[in-house]
Amino acid sequence: MQQIFDKINYEVGTAQTICGMAERGGRVPFAEEVTVLLNDWSHRILKAPESRSYPDVVTFAFWIRKANVAEMRGRFVDERSIARGRGVAFHIAPSNVAVNYAYSLAAGLLTGNANIVRVPSKDFPQIRLLNRTLSETLEEYRAWQEEICLVRYGHDQAVNDALSQLADTRIIWGGDVTIREIRKSPLKARAFDVCFADRYSLAVVDVWSYLHCEDKEKAALDFYNDTYLTDQNACTSPRMVVWYAHGASAQEQAEAAELFWRHLWEQVEQKYAIRPIQAVNKLTTAYLAAAGHEEWRPVRADTAADNRLVRIAVSKLDGHLMDYRENSGFFYEYVCDDLRELLPVSGSRCQTIGYLGDPGMFDTLLSERFSGIDRIVPIGRTMDFDLIWDGYHLYEMLTRKVIVR
Amino acid sequence: MEYSELLEYEPYSLDHSQKQKLLTKRLTDLTAHHMAHCRLYKNMMDSVGMTQERLREAVSYEELPFLPVRLFKELELASVPKEAVFKTMTSSGTTGQRVSKIFLDRQTAANQQKTMVKIVSDFIGSARMPMLILDCPSVVKNRLMFSARGAGILGFSIFGADRTYALTDEMKLDIDGVRQFLERHSGQRILMFGFTFMVWQHFYKELLRLEREEGERFDFSNGILIHGGGWKKLTSEAVSPEEFHRRLLAVCGLDHIHDYYGMVEQTGCIYMQCECGHLHASIFSDVIIRNPDDFTVCGVGDKGIIETVSAIPESYPGHLLLTEDEGILLGKDDCPCGRRGKYFKILGRLENAEIRGCSDTYAADFR
Repeated sequence: MQQIFDKINYEVGTAQTICGMAERGGRVPFAEEVTVLLNDWSHRILKAPESRSYPDVVTFAFWIRKANVAEMRGRFVDERSIARGRGVAFHIAPSNVAVNYAYSLAAGLLTGNANIVRVPSKDFPQIRLLNRTLSETLEEYRAWQEEICLVRYGHDQAVNDALSQLADTRIIWGGDVTIREIRKSPLKARAFDVCFADRYSLAVVDVWSYLHCEDKEKAALDFYNDTYLTDQNACTSPRMVVWYAHGASAQEQAEAAELFWRHLWEQVEQKYAIRPIQAVNKLTTAYLAAAGHEEWRPVRADTAADNRLVRIAVSKLDGHLMDYRENSGFFYEYVCDDLRELLPVSGSRCQTIGYLGDPGMFDTLLSERFSGIDRIVPIGRTMDFDLIWDGYHLYEMLTRKVIVR
Repeated sequence: MEYSELLEYEPYSLDHSQKQKLLTKRLTDLTAHHMAHCRLYKNMMDSVGMTQERLREAVSYEELPFLPVRLFKELELASVPKEAVFKTMTSSGTTGQRVSKIFLDRQTAANQQKTMVKIVSDFIGSARMPMLILDCPSVVKNRLMFSARGAGILGFSIFGADRTYALTDEMKLDIDGVRQFLERHSGQRILMFGFTFMVWQHFYKELLRLEREEGERFDFSNGILIHGGGWKKLTSEAVSPEEFHRRLLAVCGLDHIHDYYGMVEQTGCIYMQCECGHLHASIFSDVIIRNPDDFTVCGVGDKGIIETVSAIPESYPGHLLLTEDEGILLGKDDCPCGRRGKYFKILGRLENAEIRGCSDTYAADFR
């Protein structure tokens, strides 16, 4: 065992931390101490001058502030029942998002678990900032040092095996292939995986609401943040814009689209840089989609001057459309009068629908059977993390109920 | 327009505007031909609004839609019925990668060969020379599925007599075989052909070892080396084209060295490096450097993505291709070597982008 632990780089905590975690039992979820600890960490992050350069870090710091934690506590904790953290949570974070591991850790802490977190091997400055402030915080809350171990290690199944054996819950981010790899390491009999697989997301824009929306610049910024900010490659990033016409004329719909893309283009033009290979990838995917599916009519956006924004109008939705996804500003577009038309793209791969308009427009769709769509949230908030995520109730999954009759 | 009309001309005899006129006619005809005969290609052209009317109005092949070369790895694109496919060529993708599949009928295959003869003869003359192939014999054995390496060797073999493989199937230099080859042709010009990396790894390095450890030196001062396949593998060893040339000259006296740029998707239309070190487009093909931001055409001196144009392909829609290589147009019609048309330089493969987002790269290392 020692040899295996020697292959690990410890960012926060030590091999002893990990060894001490087993069979200690979980803590009370959302206990006062963890609220104080996270709030302190949040302060230290926000106080660090470099945090201002990283909006993702700031957003996380706000998420673990006292007020937000209290709000979550109110939603999740049932004061009449007894709950404990499940024990040890082993988190495998995605390698190309900086702060995701911190959310996963905070979720584990809030639910009363000890946490082993494999952080991305890439040296993100955000991670340095978060780890440094966390270590500082833990100096003040020494009892919590034994609950947190942040590690880095290569693709090493022996290490995956050892850490998985300790886990009561294993949280796997990073998509299908990572899940397949990590699952080669067995878990204890009562342990289970929470898997965040490859997903895609959509956006629905109500034509009327958009035309009457006062601040189109804000709408564009929100949509930009939902998409381009993560190269349109987060599972929450909309891949398609569905225009909910619902009584609006074709001309009004066209006008709304023209305005929407023009405002978005202003954001893109100022902020987004594209690498040559991404431009080639976008053209490749557009042709692949067109080759296989004659009824789609891909058209290049006329409001955009270059490869950073590619729009492809489709005249029919089918289950294969989302096999042709691309990053870096590549959007399918579809117009409909009834959102039940989204059913073919609402399969199990569909995660989030970002919307602009009245969420009541989803009523017809939500009355149907569908295997995807875990979240319907306003555009601009698709990335807002919550303990109910990707269709999982993380609070329930990371805690254990004690029944006394 | 028939391809045979182009074959009437010498490969570097037309200036850019004359060439543009001819090629535009041929390439619009090819686009129309493939739209009529390849359903998938037609769908793709529909998606960008390319119609027969718009084709007739095109004044330059720079306006015609180009296909990313990767599509030939994802789709089977042919403009002839299956029965007419005479051979299928594949790119030499590394293990696990998907390979391009290129379908040739007799006509297209024959035009590829005729074109290559015309281009290469311009550099080495049309007399056959004894030929030393710097590769192993097994690479051309499976004639039904041609790899790029095999196709290159067979393509250049028509310029050679007494074709001899310098390497064994274990990729060892066949020292006795090479010695005997040189003895048989002492005093004659000899043609040598191989892939850049193979030449370096299995030929140059072995010659260097022989000289250092066994004091044996081979004399290739009568040799003309044509090599291609790219510098990607050599950049990790930090070998530049100049270094490559210098070291070969030092180890065996080889001084006539022509790199070429070409791809299995447009076999026949190779871009040969002239005496001034420039790659040249013949009248049978062209390069267009495209701005990665919007795919507009770059001028002389601007870096961009290379589109390659070939007037040959009739059996598959590969006449206008966007490569994943980066290059610079050096000039038109005015290379000091006297050849007309465009000349250019390859800068290498487009860098793979690191994409943010939660779908992972973790797994990539497992493959």
